[in-house]
Amino acid sequence: MSVAAAASETLLTRLAVEDFLYAEAALLDAWRLDDWLALFTEDCRYFIPATDLPDGDPRATLGLIDDDRARLQGRVDRLNSAKAYREFPWSRTTRLITNVRLPADAPDTAPGELAVAANCAAWRYRKGDEQTLVGALEYRLAPAADDAPAAFRIRSKRVVLTAEALRPHGTLSIIL
Amino acid sequence: MALDTQDLQDAVIDDRERGVFRVKRTTMTADAMWHLERKRVFDQCWLYVGHTSEIAEPGDFVRRKVAGRPLVFVRGRDGEVRAFYNSCTHRGARVCRQDHGNTKSFQCFYHAWTFSTEGKLVGIPDKEGYAHAVDPAELGLRPVARLACYRDFWFVSFNPEVEPLEDYLAGAKEYIDLVADQGADGMCVLPGTHQYACNANWKLMVENSVDGYHGAPLHHTYFAFLASQGDDDGAKQLRSVEARAYDLGNGHAVVDYPAPFPRAIARWHPIYGEDAKDELQGIRDELVDRCGEERAHRMAETCRNLLIYPNLLLLDVAGLTLRTVWPVRPDYMELTGYALAPRGESAAQTRRRLEGFNLFLGPGGLATPDDIEALEACQEGFAATAEDYSDISRGMHRDAATVDELQMRAFWREWQANMLGLGHGAHDEGPKPAPAGVAS
Repeated sequence: MSVAAAASETLLTRLAVEDFLYAEAALLDAWRLDDWLALFTEDCRYFIPATDLPDGDPRATLGLIDDDRARLQGRVDRLNSAKAYREFPWSRTTRLITNVRLPADAPDTAPGELAVAANCAAWRYRKGDEQTLVGALEYRLAPAADDAPAAFRIRSKRVVLTAEALRPHGTLSIIL
Repeated sequence: MALDTQDLQDAVIDDRERGVFRVKRTTMTADAMWHLERKRVFDQCWLYVGHTSEIAEPGDFVRRKVAGRPLVFVRGRDGEVRAFYNSCTHRGARVCRQDHGNTKSFQCFYHAWTFSTEGKLVGIPDKEGYAHAVDPAELGLRPVARLACYRDFWFVSFNPEVEPLEDYLAGAKEYIDLVADQGADGMCVLPGTHQYACNANWKLMVENSVDGYHGAPLHHTYFAFLASQGDDDGAKQLRSVEARAYDLGNGHAVVDYPAPFPRAIARWHPIYGEDAKDELQGIRDELVDRCGEERAHRMAETCRNLLIYPNLLLLDVAGLTLRTVWPVRPDYMELTGYALAPRGESAAQTRRRLEGFNLFLGPGGLATPDDIEALEACQEGFAATAEDYSDISRGMHRDAATVDELQMRAFWREWQANMLGLGHGAHDEGPKPAPAGVAS
């Protein structure tokens, strides 16, 4: 493949990834959480490290969230109910997804998986409070089946918050 | 509002004859209450600072803020543990500017005065600029008045006259032992902390952390998740006859109940999978060998929310966590959560432990965010009804259950005695009043 053709393919892949990430963010902003969860593989992981240990390994260190598919389902069911009191009524959120990159040398990337890095800024408004949650996103995406509505499925998503502590936020009650 | 003795006496209604206990809401809202708490509670008591495992090697240090004061908790090169104010004796700047690490010395970045890990002043640039009267031996880092340890849990006190730590801990010691004995080689704090906050008075979180009454209604979504994973008796355990509450003296209290959660310390749950059964059984067998069946049963199949007065919670629940509650303003607190584990446990066990911890506890868990929401809702209510009283009478007519409120009354009795400058409170609830509906 010529240099130009390779660059063009990379660009097309990145555009497909960007579309996917924008669509994911739109589902979360719209609180369409069942549709959001359907983007994940059955063997997925969703991890947010502790603010004081951004490189933490969820198997050995305390993080903020460490969900497999079953726990992610529990999180979604909870937020869809009227009994997740921190989010009932739901907060209003807007997520901006930027700085999308396809790192070629990402570790722990299985064959066929695509490593994606991006930045996220999310604003959450509720009861007169404003929260800003800024962080780095790291994905491992698997190709979706040909007839699937989305181009990819999420095998893992890691959100590294930029904040030094969840203060004054208090909690992390929305899904990033 | 200036406080007088009458205000403090009126703050708590403790009618043991009628079984009525009420706390005035100004205790949660008034600046004057908070200013006096700093002097009469936080400057008098023993306060948790850290765990031995966090500074295991000579030169290890962590920074800690204790009652708003920046401290360095350090194991000196000589192996001894100390707690210093993190402030240069020259002009006051922070001498330690990292949250944790290992060092040979602390050098102030302002004028480069250098202190050893034992706190001695060992370096002054251009020392000839000082007269003989300026003696480096008098200018070491200032230690906190008192520092003491029980079972690897270290406490400081700003009160030089404070009673010995073991006397202070009173009946809480037995419950600390039930945590400290979970590892054959002791316990350790795992890396990573939950650092979060709540827009409410700090005492609301103290109450909440030992409150069994709120478990079922507030944490419905958590128990629903456990039920979805094959365990449907979760929240019922909180109401079992074995679910009790105890006043441990000196403001300490505990709720002690059959575990409604999976427990990495040897209570298997479908969530762990069949593969985990053998390892959990092995852990339980080791507990029985080392501690006997009765204590092994308590460690494995029951759990405890322990309050160490005034602001340390040792929550031996779905995970094992240390939670500190630090007031910043009357209506804002900072919270820190640490995960404890037996030293040297298997990677699979640590993983189970952390998954259980995260699911329930902490700012991203399925439960804690709703606690924070509830406490903030209380604080909002207090602002409108500060002259009114909150009712904490539940269970005064019976031997207290986990879903009763004896544990909060234990806190408030101590708090009121402290605030009045009377030392420890009187904790015996005495003869029980008649139950509801029975003429007395």
